[in-house]
Amino acid sequence: MVLSMVDQGQEVTLAHIDGGRGMRSRLYSMGLVPGAAFPVLSRNGAGPVMLRVKDSRLAIGRGMAQKIIVE
Amino acid sequence: MKEKITIALAGNPNSGKSTVFNAITGARQHIANYPGVTVEKKYGTVTHKGYEIEVVDLPGTYSLTAYSLEEIVARDFLVNEKPDLVVDIVDASNLDRNLYLTVQLKELGSPLIIALNMMDAAESRGIVVDDQLLSTLFQVPVVPMVARSKQGIQECLDKVIAVAGRDQEWPPAVISYGNDIDQGLDQIETIIKRSKAFNARYPSRWRALKCLEGDRQILDFLKEDPDLGRSIEDICQATSKHMVDTLDEEPESVIAGHRYGYIVGITRKAVKRKVELRLNLSDKIDKVLTNRIIGPLLMIAILYVIYVFTFSASEVPIRVFEVFFEFLKEIVSSIIPVGNLQSLIVSGIIDGVGGVLGFVPLIMFMFFAIAIMEDSGYMARMAYMLDRVLRWFGLHGNSVIALIVSGGISGGCAVPGVMATRTLKDPKERITTLLVVPFMNCGAKLPVYAMLIGAFFSKDKARMMFILTLFSWGFALLAAKIIRSTVLKGPETPFVMELPPYRMPTLKGLLIHTWERTWYYIKKAGTVILGLSIILWAMMTFPGLSEEQERFFENERIRATKSLLTSPEIKEWIPDGKSLMELNGLYESYARANSEEEAHMITGLEDSPLFPLIKTTFLLNKGEVPERQIERHDLQAAARYLRFRDEMTGLGDRERQAALKGSIAGWLGQGLEVVTRPLGFDYRINIALLGGFAAKEVVVSTLGTAYSIGEVDPEGSNSLSERLRKDPGWNPLKAFTLIIFTMLYVPCFVTVISIRRETSWVWAGFSIGFNLVAAFLVAFIIRYAGMALGLGVS
Repeated sequence: MVLSMVDQGQEVTLAHIDGGRGMRSRLYSMGLVPGAAFPVLSRNGAGPVMLRVKDSRLAIGRGMAQKIIVE
Repeated sequence: MKEKITIALAGNPNSGKSTVFNAITGARQHIANYPGVTVEKKYGTVTHKGYEIEVVDLPGTYSLTAYSLEEIVARDFLVNEKPDLVVDIVDASNLDRNLYLTVQLKELGSPLIIALNMMDAAESRGIVVDDQLLSTLFQVPVVPMVARSKQGIQECLDKVIAVAGRDQEWPPAVISYGNDIDQGLDQIETIIKRSKAFNARYPSRWRALKCLEGDRQILDFLKEDPDLGRSIEDICQATSKHMVDTLDEEPESVIAGHRYGYIVGITRKAVKRKVELRLNLSDKIDKVLTNRIIGPLLMIAILYVIYVFTFSASEVPIRVFEVFFEFLKEIVSSIIPVGNLQSLIVSGIIDGVGGVLGFVPLIMFMFFAIAIMEDSGYMARMAYMLDRVLRWFGLHGNSVIALIVSGGISGGCAVPGVMATRTLKDPKERITTLLVVPFMNCGAKLPVYAMLIGAFFSKDKARMMFILTLFSWGFALLAAKIIRSTVLKGPETPFVMELPPYRMPTLKGLLIHTWERTWYYIKKAGTVILGLSIILWAMMTFPGLSEEQERFFENERIRATKSLLTSPEIKEWIPDGKSLMELNGLYESYARANSEEEAHMITGLEDSPLFPLIKTTFLLNKGEVPERQIERHDLQAAARYLRFRDEMTGLGDRERQAALKGSIAGWLGQGLEVVTRPLGFDYRINIALLGGFAAKEVVVSTLGTAYSIGEVDPEGSNSLSERLRKDPGWNPLKAFTLIIFTMLYVPCFVTVISIRRETSWVWAGFSIGFNLVAAFLVAFIIRYAGMALGLGVS
């Protein structure tokens, strides 16, 4: 499932990032590595998705969220 | 032992790094740019226990890859400058993520201590960190800290001296990334060590790791030796293929995973979590502030409050500045005799520099409000909420900061706005943002709007201002869309940002942030504007009146004076030219005394035999009917003298107007009529707009001169408003066209210089050209659409 489809409040595990190296490395450095589990805090229509990753909150744009595969 | 120590502060964004930096260096800090890039380099010094410690604040980064300018700058500094010690600021309440950078610093072999910041925030969230154990397991000295309240700062400096003084080796950490990767690393490391590319500055294993991570900077460097490049490439490919085949993962993700594994292995022992709070305070606040419906409404409300705050708070200081510059002008005028030198200092330098510095209070309060939004964490939420909208126009959520600073809330300034675009990573989004920020309604455009709105739309001032705010936003966004789909076409960069926990800003932090930016503005205004004011003044002064014209005005004055002196009504009061000068002097003193309501000065004048004439003239001038008992021929004398005064004022105004028309700016303005005729602008407006290139508020004062109504006070330019309202050549449509043109045409000179500093002359030039064309087209459409609707027919 892609991250942009996950409902608010659900907890998911990151499977794979379908993006370029730069994007992947940036997400890794912010704690989003394959295997990491995190809840989706909010999802605002076409806007960014808000996640809790480790002890921080990340906002991820919709375009990017469509490339993040979660389980 | 060394007396001088250089330390570098490293850490994630939002780890409190700048708070630590401010706490250590206080006011002794400087800002520069790293060579060749627009990344800010902050440094400062502090003396501690006899040591002079130079502190360099590295850009906040999550990692040390080559994907962002900040990360490259940070790691180049660490490798090339070899600071004596790196102080890694780590957020104790978010340890795992923060230690990701720490691990990489260790792998790079940097001499390191960890400043475990925000211990209080961690504690309040039920996170207890055993700093001793952390230090032992990580093999790095750890200092617990609460930088906001300065706890741990002295201890940290003690530790800096102790560790830096110890002449110890810092071997790069070796972390296992699993068999397959470790094997690849060993192979590459061995080849590098044997090659000419070997360099003791870079740990070979770190370089090998970077190769497997696909780091362009390192790979490109190693590939300069083709043989070396080829063998490394082979190993990388083999490893990658193997990883994908067996684990279905790329090496980078395996490496990142192992790094976190290594970290969690340590924090599992050193960090104890009490009952996990499901929702912390920040989450609760976010439920409201970033709510789909309430969020945007609150955002507008907050922006409105900031708007009101900046304007009301800066009102008094701005007034003080004005009074000060008026006072300065009076002093100069009284010391230096009338002539070009006086004119240069008063009209060129003091008016020019004063006009720009006069905005300092406004800008300062604006920056203060912005610093509150940034330091509290709200700015990140704004970017989060607006990203969806801005994205559609080819901008980035973070562009909103630049747009607001530039005058998204009327009254900002494009110079700091251009600087604020530094937070944007993607060059195309950054350049687009800085090209459209000059369309916002900065503080200098407001006097122009105020004057024209006062003249033609005085009934709905507030509504007009609102319309203009919407118009500038609308146009800026539209222009962004146009630029992004033509000259700066490109994919949108992914939006990912951390929303830091809400924090109460500290006053010290706010003051430092406000001052940094304000000082930058003052420096710019003080230097660039000074030079430019002088040039502009010269353009508007020289060559001025021709001899013939000068003679003409002189003759007119003589004629008027003669006619007055020979008139029968006046003859009995003043016999010659000398008493006329006396009369003029007394009249002016009386008028001044009256306007300042200084009764004792009036009493002093009453003794003069000319007093009845003065008083009657003054009353006539004000349109009041003098007392009955004044004799008829005295009244006639006063009327005659008043007519003379008006004649002389009119001559002076016409002379100034003719001088302006005869100046270089005047010629340019007349020459430009060919271009501006379709907009309905004559040479007078053109001259004013030329002047506006220095600073937009100059438009008002120049228009005043061009319309020969003498001195115009830009704040209360009532007489100019009055004059334009009565002018048959003016109507609301023309005024609106000029307002829009002023809003959109060339950025002021200081902004152009700032754009150049952030990009290149090409973009600075593009900005001038693009804005001019845009302004022309929009003004043209407005004028003809308005005329088609039957507006503006006078």
